[in-house]
This record gives sequence, C-alpha cells and structure tokens, in this order.
Amino acid sequence: MSEVTQSYVPGTHPDMAPPAGQRGILLWLRKNLFSSWANSIMTIVGIYLLYKIVPPMFNWAVVDAVMYAGNREECQALGSGACWAFIKDRYRILIYGFYPEELRWRVDVSFLLLCAALVPILFDNAPMRKPWMLFSVSYPFIAGWLLLGGAGLTPVGTDEFGGMMLNTVVGVTGIAFSLPLGILLALGRQSHLPIVKSVSMCFIEFIRGVPLITLLFVASTMLNYFLPPGTTFDLLLRVLIMVTLFSAAYIAEVVRGGLQAIPNGQYEAANSMGLKYWQSMRLIVLPQALKISIPGIVNTFIGLFKDTTLVLIIGLLDILGIGRSSMADAKWNGLSNEVYISIAIFFFIACFGMSRYSIYLEGKLDKGYKR
Amino acid sequence: MKKLQIISAAAAVMALGVTAASAGTLQDVQARGELRCIVSTGLAGFAYTDSAGVYQGFDADFCRATAAAVLGDASKVKFVPATGKTRFTILNSGEGDVLWRNTTWTFVRDVDVKLTFVGVNYYDGQGFMAPKSLGVKSAKDLDGATVCIQTGTTTELNLADFFRSNKISYEPVPIETNDESRTNYLAGRCDVYTTDASGLAATRSTFPNPKDHVILPEIISKEPLGPVVRHGDDQWGDVIRWVLNATRGAEELGVTQANVAEMAKGTNNPEINRMLGTEGDLGAMLGLQKDWGQKVIGAVGNYSEIFERHIGKDTDIGLDRGLNALWTDGGIQYSPPFR
Repeated sequence: MSEVTQSYVPGTHPDMAPPAGQRGILLWLRKNLFSSWANSIMTIVGIYLLYKIVPPMFNWAVVDAVMYAGNREECQALGSGACWAFIKDRYRILIYGFYPEELRWRVDVSFLLLCAALVPILFDNAPMRKPWMLFSVSYPFIAGWLLLGGAGLTPVGTDEFGGMMLNTVVGVTGIAFSLPLGILLALGRQSHLPIVKSVSMCFIEFIRGVPLITLLFVASTMLNYFLPPGTTFDLLLRVLIMVTLFSAAYIAEVVRGGLQAIPNGQYEAANSMGLKYWQSMRLIVLPQALKISIPGIVNTFIGLFKDTTLVLIIGLLDILGIGRSSMADAKWNGLSNEVYISIAIFFFIACFGMSRYSIYLEGKLDKGYKR
Repeated sequence: MKKLQIISAAAAVMALGVTAASAGTLQDVQARGELRCIVSTGLAGFAYTDSAGVYQGFDADFCRATAAAVLGDASKVKFVPATGKTRFTILNSGEGDVLWRNTTWTFVRDVDVKLTFVGVNYYDGQGFMAPKSLGVKSAKDLDGATVCIQTGTTTELNLADFFRSNKISYEPVPIETNDESRTNYLAGRCDVYTTDASGLAATRSTFPNPKDHVILPEIISKEPLGPVVRHGDDQWGDVIRWVLNATRGAEELGVTQANVAEMAKGTNNPEINRMLGTEGDLGAMLGLQKDWGQKVIGAVGNYSEIFERHIGKDTDIGLDRGLNALWTDGGIQYSPPFR
C-alpha cells in the first residue's frame, strides 16, 4: 500500500514534452522579454536602440579605427574611425607620467608587488598567510623606496609622478590609511569619553562639510601661508594626507552605521564575558559591524579612487591631466574621444574590480543571515 | 613610502622651523636650482606635453628661456600646470615662481589681484567662430545665440561687455577647458565658439571639416598675453622682463640660435655685445651670470624662432605674425635698448 507521489518540474516529465511555447528558448523569451504588452514594447525599443548604437560604435572603435599613424591628419586620411595611434603614441606617459624613462621598471615592480601584497589581505584562504602578511605590512616601505629611490636607487622627486601611476598611488594610500583611521573615528564618536567623542565629531563634521576640492586647494596653496617661510612640504604628501583624512571621515560614518546596527545585547554579552573595551570591539562588535558596512565602505573607496582625478586642480597631472595636455599637442589636437574613452576604461576596470570583490566578500561572510 | 615621507617631512619642518624669511624669488630659485613655471594645462601651440611627456610650446619655451637665464640650464624647469581659475592662487601662494600662461594683462589683475605683468609676449584679441550653416556674417547678428565660454577668463567678461553694448542677448554655456568647448561646439550644444583669435584658428584646424566654419570679422577685445610675477618683487620682475626683451632684441639685432655662439665671441655692434655679455656687466646688475643673454638665445632662439617653431605659418596652428611682428616690420613687438 505504498503510493509514490512523484512530482516533476514542468517540462521534465518523461511522458510528455511541454507545448512548444512552454520550453526552451521560446519560453525564455516569453518569460523574460515579452511577458506583457509593456515589456514587449520595451524590448522592441531596446533592440532598436542597440541596433542604432552598437554597430556604429563598433565601426568607430574597431572597423574604421587606425592603429598606425604619425599624426591626426594621417589618421583621418587612413580611416574615419577612432585614432588609436594617438593612444599608442601616448600610453607610456598616460601610465607613468613624467617618471624617468629608464627607471620605469621600478613602477612596474612596485605594481606587481602591490598585487602580491594584496593577496593575503583580500583572501583569507591564501596559503602561508601569516608570513605573507608580514610582507604586505612592509609593502608601503618597499614601494616608497622603489618609487622615490634613495638608498642605492636613483632618487625620483614626487613632482615626476603622474598619469595612472599617480592615481594609483593616491588611491591606494588613501584606501589603506583611511580604513583604520575611519574605524577609530567611528569608535571615537560612539565613545563615552567626552573629549574623544567631541574631537571625533568635530573632525568628521568639518571634513564632511567641506568639498574635497577645497581641501586639496588648501593643501596646495593655503598651507604655505601658515607654515613658516622657507618650509618645503612635499605637495604629493599634502595631497595624500588630505585625501586620507577626507575619506576617513566618510568611512567613519559608514562604520558608525554598522555599529548602530549591532544590538545592545552584543555589547552587554561581551561585557559580561569580562572582555575589556578593545577586546570586545575587536572580537565581538567590529567583525559584525564591518561586515554590515562592506557595501558602504567599498562605495566610499570607489568614490575616493575616482576623486583622485581632482588633483589636476592643484597642478598635479594625473591620467586625466596628462590626457588633456596631450590633446593640446597640435599634431594630435582634437582627438578627445579616444583619450577620454581610454581613461574611462582604466577607471572602469579598477572600480568594477573593487565592486566585484565586495560582492565576493559579502557572499563569503553572510553565513546564517540570508533572508 | 608614506610613513617615510611623513617622518622626513616632519623632520624637515622641525629642522627648518624658523629659518630666515624668504629672500627674493631670484635667490629662492637659484638656491633651489629649479624654476617652477606655471603653464596652461593644455593649449595647442602654447603649452602641451609631447609623446615623451615633455612640455612643449610657445609659453613652455619662454619658461626654458627664463631657466637658462637664471640657472644657466634650460632644462631645469618644473612645469606647474594650472587652469584659468587656479593660476593666480598658485602664483601668489609661492607654488610657482612665474606665470607664462597666455594670461591677459588687465587693470584689475595688475592692480587689484596684486600681480605684476612684466611684458607682452603675444598680442591677441577675442574673436568668434560659427558654423557656415548658421548664415551669420557679423558678430552683431548673434542675437539669442548660445555661446560656449571658458570660465575664469577675460573672454567671459569681454563677451558680456560686447553683447551688452550692442544690446543683443546671448545664452552662455560655461566650460572649463578649451577642449571641452571644442567638443561642445562640434556637438552643436552652442552656436558660437569664442576665444582668442589664435585659439580659434588653432581649434578650427582640428575640425573634421574646417571649411564649414567661419571666423567672424569682429575682434572684440585686446588680449595682451604676457608673463606675470608676484607683486613687490621688482628684481625678479626685471629678470623676467629682460628675458623677454632679450628674445625680441635678438631678433631685431639678427642674433639667432645658430649664430649666437659665434656672435658671443664679440661683434662690432656694442648692443649685441652688451646683450650677450661680452661687454659691460648687464648680467651682474640683474643678479645673473654675465652670459645670461647668450644662454637664453642658445637655449630657445630669438622671438621669431620661438614663434615660428610653435605657432607660426609652417606649424599646424599657422598664425601670422600680425601685431606680433617686430616694430620694424609693422608689428608692435618692441624691446627697449640694452644699454
């Protein structure tokens, strides 16, 4: 007397194939593209727009593009599309800025080392993580030595930094130093010690109330009025400090949001376990709070990375600045699309990478919180 | 890297602490061994980076000439790129020593912004360009037009004056850089493109169809473009003024990059001898080496050579000398005597 009830997912019953419109590609199309009148119209309009946009863009960027030419006129004589020859002529300074040509291997090496240093920080299942971590911690010093020279290497001034390399230096430094500083500020703002609390609050509110561009401008020009005459204070260093402080204030608020999401019971539980303040923060509160804050933190980092182009205002030529001053070369004048598109690709890769990593991290950490 | 820098900078701050107040700019530059020269972030013919990342152009060459005079080496220049809005702040804060950045000499800038204009290296004037299809014959027909205009420049103010005095209206489209205005104009977001006439010609030459655009006959302003230094440093101002005069004087006297070494051995013309330092000691009066004039011409050539190399007839910019010819050739470029 056993009755077996077996259920099949529609379309998998061995006896009968579903009707033609209910399987395979037709089903998919109906479900996803033509599920209602409104959606059908949207689909058709969308396809029409793609047809209008994609082929001309493809023609411009690939089919009619020119890779080899000596100047704009040659380029435009050879093809009606993009003049990638210009980018080919300039990609080195777009990447390295004014860094001396024979020393550019040092930039390459420090970039490769950066990738290596990031592995144990980003992936906790990396092999030999502990010793590797030591390398990551010492990386800023190694990179500083490689980029600036000294102690056996030819010194290079920070005014020779430029291009993609400058964006990366400012972005990576800002990200690396603003996260710990931001966490401290967030804890400080929640602190019960009145001085710590008010200092953190004033700092955060002041920095958030002022645009980054103003801070950079202050760093580049106003600081000279305040410092004793004759002091020279490296411009890039001033920028790094300002960018770090700026993004730390934002990170602090993001982390504070995370801290507030932790129920009071967690704090009390930590206290009742006899944990001291820093122990309870490190072991109980912050791991939970930071996990909640990941999207916001990464959002701030992406914003920070894109904001590195603002250094153009104070006379540092980042990738955008180099692109602009290259465009003014009479030999190539007027090829702005090519330059802007190349720069956009660089930023897209960097920012998309960060955003994918944050999604990976969220997925990994969200044990037991799935709703 | 960052920590090292912070430590070393902190040490530097403490060590320098209260040093003597800065002397003159000339002494500062000589002590530093590097001239910080403010140039445009990118203007065809005047300042741009070449494929090796080196600044080139008419203004960039005057920076080199200054470095050659002050430091004896034309390569000891650090170019500080500045936008129209930031240039004076950068100069006044001491982040730059001199401004060679196609900057118009005006009353307010000279007097109220506390700058000193020490000469004019290019006489320009503001013009208009419009598509032929618009059918405009004169700038006075531009009633109701949208105009692309760079903010923070004198062109912006001239435009307002011109339209107001002719009692016609316009709609400004504010733009940050020359390249953006070019893009916006070509995309049809503004009917009219206005900037200095040198810039108009240079920009039109880069259009896909230059013949479809007309430069209107009106020149609505005087734009004397020249070098600027901080107010109150007359010695440094003198240096810049006479570097500029040396290039013009050399053209007038027939001294060129090619023959300067020959002429520096001594000529029959005492003015050439004084300029190149073989007679008298004009250099010492400026606080420079005796052979400063020779260094300037040896590094960049005379005015005509600089002009023809970057913006003259044979370049892509293709400008006539016009007002910028020497006074002996019908222009107004004129150097006081080296005496």
